[in-house]
Amino acid sequence: MKKGIKSLGAYLPYNYLSRSALNKAWGGGGGKGEKSIADVDEDSVTMAVEAAMSCFRLIPREEINALYFASTSGPYAEKSHSALISVACDLQDEAVFTADFAASTKAGTNAMKAALDAAVANPGEHILVAAADMRNGFPKSAQESGFGDGAAAVVIGTGDDLLAEVEYFTSVSEEINDYWRNAGEKYTRHAEGRFCDEEGYLSEVRMVIHKLLKETDMKMENFRRVVLVAQNAKLQSKIVKKYGITPEQMVDTLLLSAGDTGAAQGLLGLVNALEHTKAGEKILLVDYGNGANAMVLTVTKHISKLAGKEQIQHYLDTRAELDSYARFLSWREIASAEPGGAFKLPASTAQTWREQNINLRLHGSTCKKCGASLYPISRVCDACGSLDEYEEVRMSDHICKLYTYSVDKYAGRSDAPLIIQAVAEDPTGCRIYSVMTNFKLDETQVGMDVEFTFRKMHELGNFPNYFWKLRPLRRERD
Amino acid sequence: MMYFKNGFRDDLAIVGMGCTKFGERWDTGLEDLIIEAAFESLADAGIGPQDVEVCYFANTSAPNNCSGTPVSDALKMHGIPITRNENWCAAGHIALINACLAVKSGMCDVAMAIGAEKLKDSGGGGMGIGRGLNPVRETRRNAPSSFALIAEAYFKKYGLTYEQGKTMLSKIGVKNHFNGSLSPKAHFHNVLTLEQVMNAPLIASPLGLYDCCGTSDGAACAIITRADIAKNFNDDPIYIKGFGCSTDMITPHYRPRDFDWTSFESLRNCAKMAYEMAGITNPREELDLAEVHDCFSVTEVCIYEDFGFCDRGTAYQNIEEGFFERTGSLPVNVDGGLKCFGHPVGASGIRMTYEIYKQLQYKVDNPDRQIKNVHRGLSQTFGGPPQIAACIILGNEKG
Repeated sequence: MKKGIKSLGAYLPYNYLSRSALNKAWGGGGGKGEKSIADVDEDSVTMAVEAAMSCFRLIPREEINALYFASTSGPYAEKSHSALISVACDLQDEAVFTADFAASTKAGTNAMKAALDAAVANPGEHILVAAADMRNGFPKSAQESGFGDGAAAVVIGTGDDLLAEVEYFTSVSEEINDYWRNAGEKYTRHAEGRFCDEEGYLSEVRMVIHKLLKETDMKMENFRRVVLVAQNAKLQSKIVKKYGITPEQMVDTLLLSAGDTGAAQGLLGLVNALEHTKAGEKILLVDYGNGANAMVLTVTKHISKLAGKEQIQHYLDTRAELDSYARFLSWREIASAEPGGAFKLPASTAQTWREQNINLRLHGSTCKKCGASLYPISRVCDACGSLDEYEEVRMSDHICKLYTYSVDKYAGRSDAPLIIQAVAEDPTGCRIYSVMTNFKLDETQVGMDVEFTFRKMHELGNFPNYFWKLRPLRRERD
Repeated sequence: MMYFKNGFRDDLAIVGMGCTKFGERWDTGLEDLIIEAAFESLADAGIGPQDVEVCYFANTSAPNNCSGTPVSDALKMHGIPITRNENWCAAGHIALINACLAVKSGMCDVAMAIGAEKLKDSGGGGMGIGRGLNPVRETRRNAPSSFALIAEAYFKKYGLTYEQGKTMLSKIGVKNHFNGSLSPKAHFHNVLTLEQVMNAPLIASPLGLYDCCGTSDGAACAIITRADIAKNFNDDPIYIKGFGCSTDMITPHYRPRDFDWTSFESLRNCAKMAYEMAGITNPREELDLAEVHDCFSVTEVCIYEDFGFCDRGTAYQNIEEGFFERTGSLPVNVDGGLKCFGHPVGASGIRMTYEIYKQLQYKVDNPDRQIKNVHRGLSQTFGGPPQIAACIILGNEKG
């Protein structure tokens, strides 16, 4: 039975810091490329939602049977992230199996492996695998500079309409403390550099590649594209050299332009490979993290469905440089800025649960009597007064026009004070009140197109509270 | 809809009013503010706390569940009904309306309406962030940007450039600050030039510092009785011509349609109700002065139009022509408004009514700011947007 990838999506946050600016902040110099940075209202869950929503370009959300989330940096230590992502994606609770893959930086391909097995066991079912990470290195460390934030997602299934067939999977496991983060800690720790490199990454990756080539009776030159996850470019180049991988074969896993995106790096690299490939080409994907995973994919003719839908370069092209390292430190609660004014509203777990269709699924309602569309869900129609005569409508996919706005200089946190309060009109004429994020001040104007993006609002009630903000168009659509 | 089928106009009168100095009253508590305003009004009416038969207390920021007890505690006015309302910025007017209804119904003859607010105990400079019942949907919403949303929609609808719109708004700040400079009880007394207002730091675009009112402490109080016995209390009772109140949705979330952010149903209906009761058909001509809710300059623009002080889309020209200046045909906010008094929420509606009362008695605290030939005045507050609007119309003669 053929199994493999049926859809895919990627996400890179709006903000980045150049590594030279980062080094300069500590009195140093040099540094190449950019570190991708989640906004203060983003986390691994919200980035995963962004990537997952892009998967619905090729596989409708109604056809998703399971959602796996992979990350080492989800906001909860106990509580499912996948269930939350599933709701934000507006999947049906009663129809979806949700599961979380954590702890290892190869959690993304671990989840893919589980999804591939599940797809074979349940022919016809679709498993959405979303991987996202936003890890912290100690301030001034190579990890701080090297880590980046991002997300990627794939839909796994079986059948004849695969974009790429996963033909072979193999792995090795290794118990080693090369990189680790103890429970409750903020920063990734590491052992002595050469020990990490030699006994960790290089040893495991060589082992899994050796194993894969032997088991499949293939050679490195059989692969048109190689996705080689690594903590840094120097390590990557050692493997490249050992196996004679050519620059043309190498797929950019965004180490330079975004950083080591942890559990998302393998999937981001795979998406980047599939966005620039042709039918018949073979791809090798190698992922690392306490052992290594390797898989062989063959691209099918259905890859043409992706033509013109390339996301990664688009996301790289629509970023903005964060104006200060200090702001990054504060967003990550490394050096927290002065707290802003206290919120006046308590958050209730019961209310958050009860109103999840409104707040997390972004459901409004359409009156069955008069057709008026309303947000939030309104039991009494504001237009005709009917009671409980409505259908819920998902609005998170809608592109709206900015109706009116105000740039509020004091409503935000002290480390992100600018908030655009905004009213947007959706295509059904319903006006929705929210705030904007990832905007360019001088390009914000009444009438512009805006879309919804799932964001963290605050942590009142001692849990992250999520809602949908408005932003200038950034997500690639069908 | 007909209100009071047996008539209302001139059946009731205000016979005593008091108002504290507004400002950052660090050394003054809520109870002190209540005492200051209440005893001025009681002295004005020639009565004592023991003569008050019912009291309505307007307050939004005292700890929850305090009910009317800050008033009974401060004035030792226990044993009578004292209830608190927290209808946002309109709370003061709601207390006045409740007092009117108590006397009009025949329940009693002497009713007190008192609003008092101790904002400067809150520990912050603004009114805080977050509105409504839903902590997620309402997050990051605060007063300046909620009202500022009116501005871009208004500019767009009536074809004003940003510069024109900003000038229109700034002239309201200049006017109200000049008026406030003459008011001893105001919080702020600084006279501002148009350039100063235009170039002030932005708070929530396009609103700058002087487009926004301050947060202050203050209290104001009124004694309401039957018009036919009013002269038993003092020689120049001020008659109540009508009142209005209209409630909209708690947040703009619930106004997704048929609402264009330049005009508010609560304002329009509040005005309509009061004008009908007062028999006013042309407010632009028939009102001699008004105190309106200038929490932000753009709010004053909406009120001009929703209250019929000028035609829709003509606020810009009317402001240019000085129609609402103290020397204009319909002076608005002649005491300096919320801009100069600040906005101790529950107190503001009664403070505005105090100004109308004193103007109609020709007894304002500084003779230089007495408006001449005044017969009828309106005070008005607006909470939201677009939650609730309320107003009251007073006159110094019957009829």
